[in-house]
Amino acid sequence: MDLMNWVYLSVVLFTIGGATVLVRRNAIVVFMGVELMLNSANLAFVTFARMHGDLDGQTVALFVMLVAAAEVVIGLAIIMAIFRARRSASVDDANLLKY
Amino acid sequence: MSAVIPMSGLQAVPATGVESLAWLLVVIPLLSAGVLLLAGRAADRWGHWLGLAASAVAFVVGALVFFSVLGHGAEERARSVAGFSWVPAGTFQVDAGLLVDPLSLSFVLLITFVGTLIHVYSVEYMAHDVDRRRFFAYLNLFIAAMLLLVLADSYLLLYVGWEGVGLASYLLIGFWNHRIEYAVAAKKAFVVNRVGDFGLSLAIMAMFVSFGSVQFDDVLSGAAGASETWLTVIGLLLLLAACGKSAQFPLQSWLGDAMAGPTPVSALIHAATMVTAGVYLVIRSGPIFEGAPAATLAVAVVGAITLLYGAIVGAAKDDIKKALAASTMSQIGYMMLAAGLGPIGYVFAIFHLLTHGFFKAGMFLGAGSVMHGMNDETDMRRFGGLRRVMMLTWVTFGLGWLAIIGVPPFSGFFSKDEIIHAAFEGEGLRPWVLGTITVIGAGITAFYMSRLFFMTFHGRKRWHDGTVAPEPHPHESPVLMVAPMVVLAIGSAALGPVLYYTGALESWLEPVFTAPPELEPVVNLDLVTAVTLLVIVAGVALAFLMYLRRDVPVVAPRGNALTRAARADLYQDDVNDIAFVTTGTAFVRGMGEVDDDLVSRGAVGGVTRSIRAAGAGLSRLQTGFVRSYALSMFAGVALVVGALLITQI
Amino acid sequence: MFPWLTTALVLPLVGAVVVAVLPKARLDAAKLVALGFSLATLVLVIVLALRFDVADAGTYQFTEQVSWIPQLGVSYALGLDGIALSMVALTAVLVPVCLLASWRDLGPAAGGRVDGQFLVLVLVLQALVIGVFTARDLFLFYVFFEVMLLPMYLLIGRYGGPKRREAATTFLVYSLAGGLVMLAAVIGVYVTGPGGSDGFLLDNLVALDGVPGSRWLFLGLFVAFAVKAPLWPVHTWLPDAAAQAPPGAAVLLVGVLDKVGTFGMLTILLPMFPEAARWAAPVIIILALVSIIYGALVALAQKDVLRLIAWTSISHFGFIVLGIFAMTTAGQSGAALYQVNHGFSTAALFLVAGMLATRRGSSLIADFGGGQKVMPLLAGAFLVAGLSSLALPGLSSFISEFLVLVGTFERYPWAAVIATLGIILAALYVLWTYQRMMTGETVPALADPPGAKPRSRDMVPREALVVAPLLAVIIGLGFYPKPVLDILTPAVERTMEQTGMTDPTPLFVAEGSDG
Repeated sequence: MDLMNWVYLSVVLFTIGGATVLVRRNAIVVFMGVELMLNSANLAFVTFARMHGDLDGQTVALFVMLVAAAEVVIGLAIIMAIFRARRSASVDDANLLKY
Repeated sequence: MSAVIPMSGLQAVPATGVESLAWLLVVIPLLSAGVLLLAGRAADRWGHWLGLAASAVAFVVGALVFFSVLGHGAEERARSVAGFSWVPAGTFQVDAGLLVDPLSLSFVLLITFVGTLIHVYSVEYMAHDVDRRRFFAYLNLFIAAMLLLVLADSYLLLYVGWEGVGLASYLLIGFWNHRIEYAVAAKKAFVVNRVGDFGLSLAIMAMFVSFGSVQFDDVLSGAAGASETWLTVIGLLLLLAACGKSAQFPLQSWLGDAMAGPTPVSALIHAATMVTAGVYLVIRSGPIFEGAPAATLAVAVVGAITLLYGAIVGAAKDDIKKALAASTMSQIGYMMLAAGLGPIGYVFAIFHLLTHGFFKAGMFLGAGSVMHGMNDETDMRRFGGLRRVMMLTWVTFGLGWLAIIGVPPFSGFFSKDEIIHAAFEGEGLRPWVLGTITVIGAGITAFYMSRLFFMTFHGRKRWHDGTVAPEPHPHESPVLMVAPMVVLAIGSAALGPVLYYTGALESWLEPVFTAPPELEPVVNLDLVTAVTLLVIVAGVALAFLMYLRRDVPVVAPRGNALTRAARADLYQDDVNDIAFVTTGTAFVRGMGEVDDDLVSRGAVGGVTRSIRAAGAGLSRLQTGFVRSYALSMFAGVALVVGALLITQI
Repeated sequence: MFPWLTTALVLPLVGAVVVAVLPKARLDAAKLVALGFSLATLVLVIVLALRFDVADAGTYQFTEQVSWIPQLGVSYALGLDGIALSMVALTAVLVPVCLLASWRDLGPAAGGRVDGQFLVLVLVLQALVIGVFTARDLFLFYVFFEVMLLPMYLLIGRYGGPKRREAATTFLVYSLAGGLVMLAAVIGVYVTGPGGSDGFLLDNLVALDGVPGSRWLFLGLFVAFAVKAPLWPVHTWLPDAAAQAPPGAAVLLVGVLDKVGTFGMLTILLPMFPEAARWAAPVIIILALVSIIYGALVALAQKDVLRLIAWTSISHFGFIVLGIFAMTTAGQSGAALYQVNHGFSTAALFLVAGMLATRRGSSLIADFGGGQKVMPLLAGAFLVAGLSSLALPGLSSFISEFLVLVGTFERYPWAAVIATLGIILAALYVLWTYQRMMTGETVPALADPPGAKPRSRDMVPREALVVAPLLAVIIGLGFYPKPVLDILTPAVERTMEQTGMTDPTPLFVAEGSDG
């Protein structure tokens, strides 16, 4: 199987994730979009590792997973805090940080 | 002219013995002034005695130095007292040192002697003033500065004394500055003097550029080798300085207003000492003027103009102090004129300066004594008939009067006669013009001083008509005030004949000056003396007819055009107002508004405002919507990636 | 070698940190700590001055040099010559004085009362200013030059008068614009200069006239310094900034911070670009003359005493620039001395005016009148400070002003004549202000409150402690300026040599005299 197909898949996944982030309002869904983008990047890294025949990409993917896990913890905590405060998970309602 | 001998007084030998104490002359009054100012009200009880003591000690030191110098041969009487390196700035090096020579010593004795007498007088005169201590502090400050002025051995140090006396004069004119017009008079005096200082500053700069030094000995001995152009420039600048300090035309306008100060101040500063500093400056700079005939002539012309100017103004003033001030102006005009005659006139200028210091100070103290008895009234039309109630004041003032109008054998006759004679010497038209002016001036002097004397002490008692409240009860002043007046009156009578007949002053000052060239008078000098005396008698007679035979109205009559002009100081203030004050104020106000409106609020404020507005506008992009931030990030990334791809292809 | 200069630079910073970590409630302790550190810095600077080799004042002493960014040729290099020492000493004296002056409040116009952050900002500012005066590396100088804006910006913007925001922004915008031009010039110097691992060292940047565009580089640096100085026509930020700042900060702004501009012209610009400096001198002298006369005239028109003092400073800075670009020993010594004297006399003026404004609750001249009767000490201090501003002979500023004038006269007599007109205007603006504020009838708002002791509103001991040292310096240096001139003149002579200028010789040298 052509390794490039995995790259195409990762591009598709990344686009889906990016579109999710841009168009959805629910913070949880936006968060899922972010996760999707991260994982699409992981997929690309692993594919490139396979292409070049070394482990660098795999290593980076492991780091990304670790960071993503940490991010999920903090991100969800923030979302929970906001939800508790304003009874809403819409990102458009949390717009106080402006001019 | 090739062998212009530098003033021999300038080959100064180092001072020895008591002469090296000359610094004390400056330091003692200065210290006393500092103590009096810093000690505060704790010193109110004894402050005036400290001030008096400082002045008296300065006189004693001055006398000791004088006798010590007198002990040397005539050629060794210039002593330099070393000081310290004052302004060492590369090529510009000025040492602070003192020059004790016959010229400066003449001034030292006059300043400390008259100064001490006036301190004595002030103890009583200012007794009722809560700020008497401060008054004595300023007087001491003045004595210190004035002594520094005449003792300095460089123009720069002279400048310090020059401004120091100006400061003391400012502080003392404005001593009662809760009256705003007195404060304005003080400011006016200082600012007009600053115009003169403009000249002195530039003169010193020109000296440095010409001679590489501003010490007297370098400048004055170098003057012989300098070009006439530069000497003329320096001479004219020095003349400007002298005009400011000595209230000579065209910078005379401040002296009349300066009479706002307490009367002892008028006697000491604005009659006897400070206002003569200009004469000192011109005479001290003799070698410069000798190389610059045009500048010398300018000095004489300024003196001649002021001589007449002051005399005319003095003849119309009803305020006793302002009349005396105008007279001072006129008398200094005589001295300036003498100084403008070249070396031949120097000794006579100093001679007149010394005698004038005595009789004018005496008359001012007399005026103060009259005011003391008359509830500080200064209008002579409210005086009259004071002879009977103030006998001693009348006698002492009378001696001063006889001295100033030049009646033999009193002081003024000798000193003024010498100047008149000197003015008639020379060739061409000049002696005729200057000589005639001096004679006419003598006549007007006789008129206005007699007018003043008659209006004050003789005639009807015009303070008794019940229109003045509270009605004054004139009385003789206390002994501390009268004693100085008596001493000065004796000086007014005797100083002239003593110095004239012994020739002491000439032989004392002679080594300081270049030997004057022999000049022939244009007319017989005995004839001149006779004419002068006739003119004086005519002046007195006119005053007698107008102010003693006829009654003096309490309210001044309107008078003719000349009288009104003279009363308004020949419109000098109006000219200044139109030329400088009004236009200057309008100009400055306009500049301030332009700067405020156009520059600060307009251009500069505009820049600030537009930058703030730009910031405010751009900050609108921060909407707070996470998704729009994400979109702009994506767009940015896309742009960068796109740009990279394009450049790679 | 003990790093004296780094210590002097770090000591106020340590003080700032200590004050910052103190709890907010301990304001009195914070004030004492801040004052203590500023006094310790003063002692250190006095020790420095005593160890300073006066005979060798023209060379940089206490030098330190550590490579900082070798790739760019940047070093951390400090050194002290006579001129720098005089400025560091001025700073070290003025900071404790200003802290003491701001002890209880910041003046009536100021927005808030003194707090811990005010003290921190002042101490940080002091450290940065010491840095800028001792830097011997152009890049390091630039860094200090820019960073010191921030504490001053905050001091004006947070503690100033009603219009403090606008004033602070204007100040920042002007300075940053000048700084930007300077940055461009600094980069230009690096590109065209000698390069290498110490390519920014000022000692390696002497006489860069050969390089292309040297006149542009000169102009770039000159503009930055002229904004800071401030020279007409880029002076317009100063009156607002100085009048809005609390008096203590205004003193540091006008007395110290602005001196960096003239200091830079004298010790950096002239040695770096002598040819360009000679080329530009006539124009700069005209700008300086305009500053002198224009500043004095606009000062006369001011209604607010603090703004008036700011405008007189513009006039005085004109004198300093005039002396520098007259390029004579007398002129430059005078300018260097003027920097010191102006610092003290302006400090005295601002602080006394601040004390007066606190009593009256206004700094408008028209709100005053007859002050001398009820507060003679304050009036006296105001008069002495004013007389120093008008350069009364016998006070310190006379020496410097006269040296500037005589130095200018040597080369440009016409310029000296015009500048000397400034002394008449100075007498007017000082004495007229004194007349309006201190003489005449006492206005009711200044009169002693009923039942109080007479003169109850006069100076209190703390204020006397603030003013006395300043007046003592003003009078002392007037009578005996030699100690300061002795350290300034060798440095100036070095600059003259680097600039390739010699003093004109006297026109007429007397026979037999050795000149």
